[in-house]
Amino acid sequence: MNWADLNMIPAAPELFMLSAILLILLVDMCLSDEQRGITYGLSLLTLVGTAAVQLYTYTPYPVYTFSNMFVADPMGDIVKLAMYGTTFLVLVYTRQYVVERDIFKGEYFTLSLFALSGMNFMVSATHFVSLYIGLELLSLSLYALIAMQRDSIPATEAAMKYFVLGALASGLLLYGMSMVYGATGSLFLQDVAKAITGGSANHVLLVFGLVFIVAGLAFKLGAVPFHMWVPDVYQGSSTALAMMIGAAPKLAAFVFVLRILVQGLGPLVADWQGMLVIIAVLSMAIGNITAIAQTNVKRLLAYSTVSHMGFLLLGLIAGTPEGYSAALFYTVIYVLMSLVGFGILLALSRAGFECETLEDLKGLNQRNSWYAFLMLLAMFSMAGIPPLVGFYAKLAVIKAVVDIGLIWLAVVAVVMSLIGAFYYLRVVKYMYFDDKQDNSPIVVRGDMKLVLSVNAIALLVLGALPERLLVLCVEAMKQSLNAL
Amino acid sequence: MNFQTVVFYVLSAILIFASLRVITAKNPVHAALFLVLAFFTSAGHWLLMQAEFLAITLVLVYVGAVMVLFLFVVMMLDVNFEQLREGFWRNLPLAGTVALIMVGEMALILMSPEAQLSHYQAAAPLAADASNVKELGRQLYTTYLLPFELASVVLLVGMVAAIALTMRKRKDNKTVNPGLQVKVRRDDRVRLVKMDAEKKPAQPETADAAEQQA
Repeated sequence: MNWADLNMIPAAPELFMLSAILLILLVDMCLSDEQRGITYGLSLLTLVGTAAVQLYTYTPYPVYTFSNMFVADPMGDIVKLAMYGTTFLVLVYTRQYVVERDIFKGEYFTLSLFALSGMNFMVSATHFVSLYIGLELLSLSLYALIAMQRDSIPATEAAMKYFVLGALASGLLLYGMSMVYGATGSLFLQDVAKAITGGSANHVLLVFGLVFIVAGLAFKLGAVPFHMWVPDVYQGSSTALAMMIGAAPKLAAFVFVLRILVQGLGPLVADWQGMLVIIAVLSMAIGNITAIAQTNVKRLLAYSTVSHMGFLLLGLIAGTPEGYSAALFYTVIYVLMSLVGFGILLALSRAGFECETLEDLKGLNQRNSWYAFLMLLAMFSMAGIPPLVGFYAKLAVIKAVVDIGLIWLAVVAVVMSLIGAFYYLRVVKYMYFDDKQDNSPIVVRGDMKLVLSVNAIALLVLGALPERLLVLCVEAMKQSLNAL
Repeated sequence: MNFQTVVFYVLSAILIFASLRVITAKNPVHAALFLVLAFFTSAGHWLLMQAEFLAITLVLVYVGAVMVLFLFVVMMLDVNFEQLREGFWRNLPLAGTVALIMVGEMALILMSPEAQLSHYQAAAPLAADASNVKELGRQLYTTYLLPFELASVVLLVGMVAAIALTMRKRKDNKTVNPGLQVKVRRDDRVRLVKMDAEKKPAQPETADAAEQQA
């Protein structure tokens, strides 16, 4: 590669975002605490601007740049747009919450945006080194964001746990990558795939590396048996951060898994399929069954995340383009649902009070029937009850598994989602059939109220018309996978 | 077994020993010094692989700068590491067993004839005038441009995070803001209280008189 033919257009959104972050860092330095609203506005503008650049540079086929270490393809573009939208929602939802908890600082926004750019590079990387550095950029920003609430002991503990386990997972991942490098002689995903199909790579070493890679990826996704950090971190960190961890990073992690397992180690599909089946079944079972015993809503949502990760893996297990696009669809929908769930918790929290336990939701219908209705939509959607979009997401991944003949796995998935319905419906019971215990008024900023309502209604609308989004996912996946 | 192999195994043995001592040493200063030893031995490994520049950088940056700072911190802070490590010795047997099983399994796979490790030849030795630094620089600024620049962003995040986590106003800070002082109005400092002028004070004399009468 020489400098003259360096094509930076495919990476334009990332470069725009990084430049904007540097600008925000500089501007924020000159602002007083009362003017933090400007940083907030600039961050939202950055997200809108990046999305605009993303749309403007969209190409319907993959484009490689930076010596083939970076790819802009339709699948990555869709996920990136979803991540900008998600981060936008997270910043709007958490504004009031972080102001009340005294973490409304410039770093809160710059670190969130740094995390987002890390996710962008995870999504677009096609080389083990750039994949890994993107992941580290995301993780480091998240550790610091959780620890920013320094006076809270649970938050510090959560940050520490997340940090130590994240480092362990990175170690596993790197060890696996080094084994794959040893066997294939390349770190480029395309070359790894070529070497494996060509038969020049030693199969034993490859599978040995694959075990570590799958373990590392399961850690990052939060799938059983590598899930114990999820509930602890969700519960310990502030609701704002729990929401942030549960949203956009899941999208990035999904594409990260897809790039490594499908685009890089795709020829080993027979080997990783079995491992993923075990992880998926355990995640669905342990996630859903343990969630029943939870009294803390954040912990409950954490276990629900674990079970959703199991469902998401079903799409990957299928090993077909239809399965991958079903999994992509599932991830996007899951993120939309979890944003509503956490959004309601944020709306119910106020200065000096955290809405954390199921008891806090008691009689929400009497206090404010609109929020109760929005939460009802999120819970029904997560449980997979038909008119809502969660049902179509579950249907798509289960169909992918049935298509490859794994009927028993589909049956397990359905049974587990039935068990899961219990605790989602219990939340609804607390909201609608119990008397209120807390009479304090629910004060929410107008913009958050509007966005939250649109977000929740989207679950209903998408449930009625899931075709467009599903077709978009299928097309993008087809374009991106055919290129290899 | 040639000379290089012998050196490799000796260095590896020292490295593993030093790493184990880092987490088992009771005295934190000893632990830090063992970490220095571990870094130093890994630099030796890099030398064996003809990566002189990396070896020297490791010694200069990690041993020379990072670990010295670390030692300062350990010596200055009065942290009771034994208390922090409560439970370490209790959990060690289980953790150690799991680790040993894993190491055994990994060794079985890697040493089996199936793995064909003997098929992987050592890289050809470099020419005497081959420049490590030049080649590294060329790679970093061409092929690895993206990861290289991203690493700089990671460092920036580290800096922002460190500042965000450590900088804040001291609680016992008593500085005043002259701007606010000038802007102060009478109403901020003086409070006018309206009281009844004719309210009579209690009269102890009459009470005494009543007692005397009784």
